[in-house]
Amino acid sequence: MTNNETYNYKVVRQFAIMTIVWGIVGMLVGVVIAAQLAWPALNFDVPWLTFGRLRPLHTNAVIFAFGGCALFACSYYVVQHTCHARLAFPALAAFTFWGWQLVIVLAAITLPLGITTSKEYAELEWPIDILITLVWVSYALVFFTTIIKRKIPHIYVANWFFGAFIVTVAILHLFNSAALPVSFLKSYSAYAGVQDAMVQWWYGHNAVGFFLTAGFLGIMYYFVPKQAGRPVYSYRLSVVHFWALVFTYIWAGPHHLHYTALPDWAQSLGMIMSLILLAPSWGGMINGIMTLSGAWHKLRTDPVLRLLIVSISFYGMSTFEGPMMSIKTVNALSHYTDWTIGHVHSGALGWVALVSMGAMYYLIPRLFGRELYSLKLVEVHFWTATIGIVLYIASMWVAGIMQGLMWRAVNADGTLTYSFVESVQAMHPYYIVRTLGGAFFLLGALVMAYNLWRSIADAKPVEVEIPEPASAH
Amino acid sequence: MSFTFFQSIWTIVVMITFLGIVVWAFSSKRKAAFDEAARLPFEEDPKTDNNKTASE
Repeated sequence: MTNNETYNYKVVRQFAIMTIVWGIVGMLVGVVIAAQLAWPALNFDVPWLTFGRLRPLHTNAVIFAFGGCALFACSYYVVQHTCHARLAFPALAAFTFWGWQLVIVLAAITLPLGITTSKEYAELEWPIDILITLVWVSYALVFFTTIIKRKIPHIYVANWFFGAFIVTVAILHLFNSAALPVSFLKSYSAYAGVQDAMVQWWYGHNAVGFFLTAGFLGIMYYFVPKQAGRPVYSYRLSVVHFWALVFTYIWAGPHHLHYTALPDWAQSLGMIMSLILLAPSWGGMINGIMTLSGAWHKLRTDPVLRLLIVSISFYGMSTFEGPMMSIKTVNALSHYTDWTIGHVHSGALGWVALVSMGAMYYLIPRLFGRELYSLKLVEVHFWTATIGIVLYIASMWVAGIMQGLMWRAVNADGTLTYSFVESVQAMHPYYIVRTLGGAFFLLGALVMAYNLWRSIADAKPVEVEIPEPASAH
Repeated sequence: MSFTFFQSIWTIVVMITFLGIVVWAFSSKRKAAFDEAARLPFEEDPKTDNNKTASE
């Protein structure tokens, strides 16, 4: 029996579709700037097509537009389904959609024009920051009020991760974006010198930790069990995973500032906390992958599940690499090189993008009451994307370690063995391979878009009634 | 009583809190409740007995 109330699928559908659209846009810009690094003439001497302006456009588009829309869509879907409650404040939920799209459009206009605060991952100028704050507060209101309205006594673990992501991103955004406006389009950070750097990387690393990790772990804890058709491996481990992750991540930021003016103790603290992070990260990875324990055969027949499980494997890989790179002596070699770029993309393409895509394969057909058009095409997407990621990260590992070694090489008389431009020249073949890898990944995304479009092209949006909770609690 | 003293105390408080969470999560008393919570995403699947409850 149902209580005749339906889930709010409209806002989920909107965010899910825009996830695909912004994903393709952001990845396309990524491929363009990767090609520019291999062939610099590709900026055509047009200022707004130069690397320095398109690079923040790429990062903002993939993180906040693609990743952000995926998080909105999945969190709105999951919170309703695990609370058996319709989304609170429908008008506010609609505002989060249109407001977030406006933020993205404004970013796409201002960044190529060179209007930027120059803080990495927080480039947008103060009027846009205020709009982000309004959208985010509305998001928190909608999400947490839905939880308060829940018909199920327990708050499912995915919602804890989504909740931590929403709260922490609000705090990070408010503190890091604090600035003194001097005109409508220009502001200066409220902090100066090394304090500014520390606040920036406290923000920057927690954008990774809470936006790109906690939120997507929320996706993992719902969609992997659903797609596998079995509950998460250990719910108790998921509880410990949650608290360990939120207690630790917030301290890891200083590892971005090794060997800088930041006090040495703060650098060491950041390094130690980053090393400790390996434990919760791998706890979560094991929990996700072991959900398939006893049902491994499903990987052979279900490419969507395979996409999800491979994404968790990449999560494990990049969360091993991250702590290792935070060790000061390793960082002395890796920092400022393309190794960092490789590391980021093993997390961003391998984990964040693949888990989002897996969730979209699950979500989008259901939101329209359809089945996926073609599992064969998911298979094609899976292999194209995986090959793309491997090409990308392998070339960046080689390039990065080579750069690091060339920069630190000294002759017997103490002079540098290589000039900087020699290290740039040595990167050329690896930049071509990286571009190829990115292009493969984009191709996979296009296959996904086609597949999903065929799945829902002639479908009508569906309304699904909210079930009464079973009385056996 | 310096600021550093309170920071040290705080570190220990947080540590004990975390260990408390671990003990709580893995205590045998909680097992049944957590097993049920793990099945939460599947509750909406249409084979529940659907006894109407008093809630709203």
